[in-house]
Amino acid sequence: MAERGQSFSHRLKPALVNAGLSALVALALFCLVLGIRTVDTVQGLTLKPRPLLLATAVGIVFVGRLLLELFWWHRSWHLPKPTGLKGLRAAASQYGGVVLIIAAVLFPIVALALEKSLHLGLPLRYLFDLSIVVLTYVMLASGLNIVVGLAGLLDLGYVAFYAVGAYSFALLATNFGWGFWMCLPLAGLAAALWGCAVGLPVLRLRGDYLAIVTLAFAEIVRIVLLNWTDVTNGPNGISGIPDPTLFGLPFTPRGDVTFSSFFGIKYDPLQGIVFLYYVILTLALITMAVTLRLRRLPVGRAWEAMREDEIACRSLGINTTLTKLSAFATGAMFGGFAGSFFATRQGFISPESFTFIESATILAIVVLGGLGSQLGVALASIVLIGGFEALRHTQGLKVIFGPDFDPALYRMLLFGLAMVVIMLWRPRGIISSRTPSILLEAEGGAAPANQRRA
Amino acid sequence: MSSWQKDPVLKVEHLTMRFGGLTAVDDVSFEAGRHDITALIGPNGAGKTTVFNCITGFYKPTQGMITLTHPGGSRFYLERLDDHEINARARVARTFQNIRLFKGMTVLENLMVAQHDTLSRASGFTFGALLGVGGYRAAQRDAVVLAREWLARTGLTSRANTVAGALPYGDQRRLEIARAMCTRPLLLCLDEPAAGLNARESEGLNELLYTIREKEGIAILLIEHDMSVVMRISDHVVVLDYGKEIADGTAEEVRNDPRVIAAYLGVPEKEVGKVGSEVGL
Repeated sequence: MAERGQSFSHRLKPALVNAGLSALVALALFCLVLGIRTVDTVQGLTLKPRPLLLATAVGIVFVGRLLLELFWWHRSWHLPKPTGLKGLRAAASQYGGVVLIIAAVLFPIVALALEKSLHLGLPLRYLFDLSIVVLTYVMLASGLNIVVGLAGLLDLGYVAFYAVGAYSFALLATNFGWGFWMCLPLAGLAAALWGCAVGLPVLRLRGDYLAIVTLAFAEIVRIVLLNWTDVTNGPNGISGIPDPTLFGLPFTPRGDVTFSSFFGIKYDPLQGIVFLYYVILTLALITMAVTLRLRRLPVGRAWEAMREDEIACRSLGINTTLTKLSAFATGAMFGGFAGSFFATRQGFISPESFTFIESATILAIVVLGGLGSQLGVALASIVLIGGFEALRHTQGLKVIFGPDFDPALYRMLLFGLAMVVIMLWRPRGIISSRTPSILLEAEGGAAPANQRRA
Repeated sequence: MSSWQKDPVLKVEHLTMRFGGLTAVDDVSFEAGRHDITALIGPNGAGKTTVFNCITGFYKPTQGMITLTHPGGSRFYLERLDDHEINARARVARTFQNIRLFKGMTVLENLMVAQHDTLSRASGFTFGALLGVGGYRAAQRDAVVLAREWLARTGLTSRANTVAGALPYGDQRRLEIARAMCTRPLLLCLDEPAAGLNARESEGLNELLYTIREKEGIAILLIEHDMSVVMRISDHVVVLDYGKEIADGTAEEVRNDPRVIAAYLGVPEKEVGKVGSEVGL
């Protein structure tokens, strides 16, 4: 790196000066924020200096800036571009989906086998629970991706459909005693109907206005759930929601014939969780497969065309109101499925689970993953939901920030940071490329694009 | 009786469009013949695009009647239809002054979206095709055949899988015409198709419009500022000025109409002779 222009020693001096200046700025910024802490003692509020922490922060800034100056910023545009990267990225977007699906299918089997044979002491129950949460978000985000990514309708109230699905399932199951598999389609239908009911008056609006009204509708749903005590039991929520069964075989030890007794194996609470994992994995894969298929059908093309130019769509004879409504209803239906899964997994739901922050998280996953990209959504769910959960267990940061540092408290801060970083580096999301829905072949008929866009 | 009045595909009667106190189009009436290229010309701000937007349903006219007659004799009153029905049912297609392509989608996809109505019906409104029943595959194959034909005619076959936004300007103009033609219209409305084209591209456009009229027997209504295009290819010219119709006739008739010359020179009619000789007309 030193061969171009100035030598290393020549660059060292200005780099040191700049790093020193940055450190000074950092010192000024941090001296009150990090350097002093108020402690409540017997004498009253006293100040406790924390010089070590302050020194660490300033040190990080100094060393970081120095390294950036010396090695990173200096690496200029003359460097040959890594040629393999582009190919790697293309391969990732082509086969990444398949690899992810295989990994997701094998994950419980491999984890269980490892645990059984090697006794590693893996927190299996926790791992499965976390994967179920991640997959629920994959499914929710895939549903929202239809509305926001394909049809270009900014929906800030997606959680309303999630709530409608969850409550429809819970009410049907607890009042009529219907099982999961019977209520699941009904819950999806209810959410889709709600999507249509909201959509009809709302879809005349565009852009920001649409976003605000959908946000308001989501709040209306939540407040109705909170106050309509006769039906929804208000803030106390609904409990005693049944677990899903495998062709009528329950996974709980209650009852005569259970999953374990039917197959003659020992009862293990993990069986039910692994089953739930596969249920949500199947649901998520169905959502993705249907979305992929819809993209290549006229309705999917109309959605994308509407995102590009609504007026041109109308001039080509496309009924944009119906097209928008179909996008809204389809997205809502998948939200409803996810909601009923959520209800059956938790066994208890209350309006608290359906706040705006959920909508924001799902939207963040879609935007960070790349609008319209299935693989991007899956990756973003893993990173955002799984990654922040992992943060809760990171011990390394405690060494620097003291033993009472709880990384989980900084989740939202890091969430924002991740957003900013991704928007700077990849403003159109992790996966920003778009696969055409149909390709013209040289001769003969055109085949629908069979390049995978998972 | 002029030739276009015998069998008009489009009949505009007493069309008036007011925006608040401004009368953009004032009592305009004309016919467009079934196999004619009809040009709508006039100085800037004459109300040409407003007439277009009324015909294609983007504006609802304040007064007047717009009748479209199909070869079978069925009539559509365009002022009563929604904009998407005007394309889907009355079969009027249009292009835009500022090109409106689906820029993020490929050229072929643009042409497939144009055939949405047919394809959507063939796919059983999505449900059939999702379950794998119905003749969606065959319909899609037919749609690609039609798209391929228009790609060939507009010289875009090699760009079929390119993203539309990446095409050069002239190609985008032609693609917009191809897209409009893929809706299988009876009347094609072109809003300044030659704007921004160079002489060679403009020549190619003339050829394309001619073949559309000759081979397909489709009526064309166009707004154009490029008089070389207008005078060469139009069978019938309607001239607007300040929202009023000032001339209606063949290209030759209109060219020699003193009122048209006055409007284009921007002088009162009685001074046309004087100003005309000054500028060498």
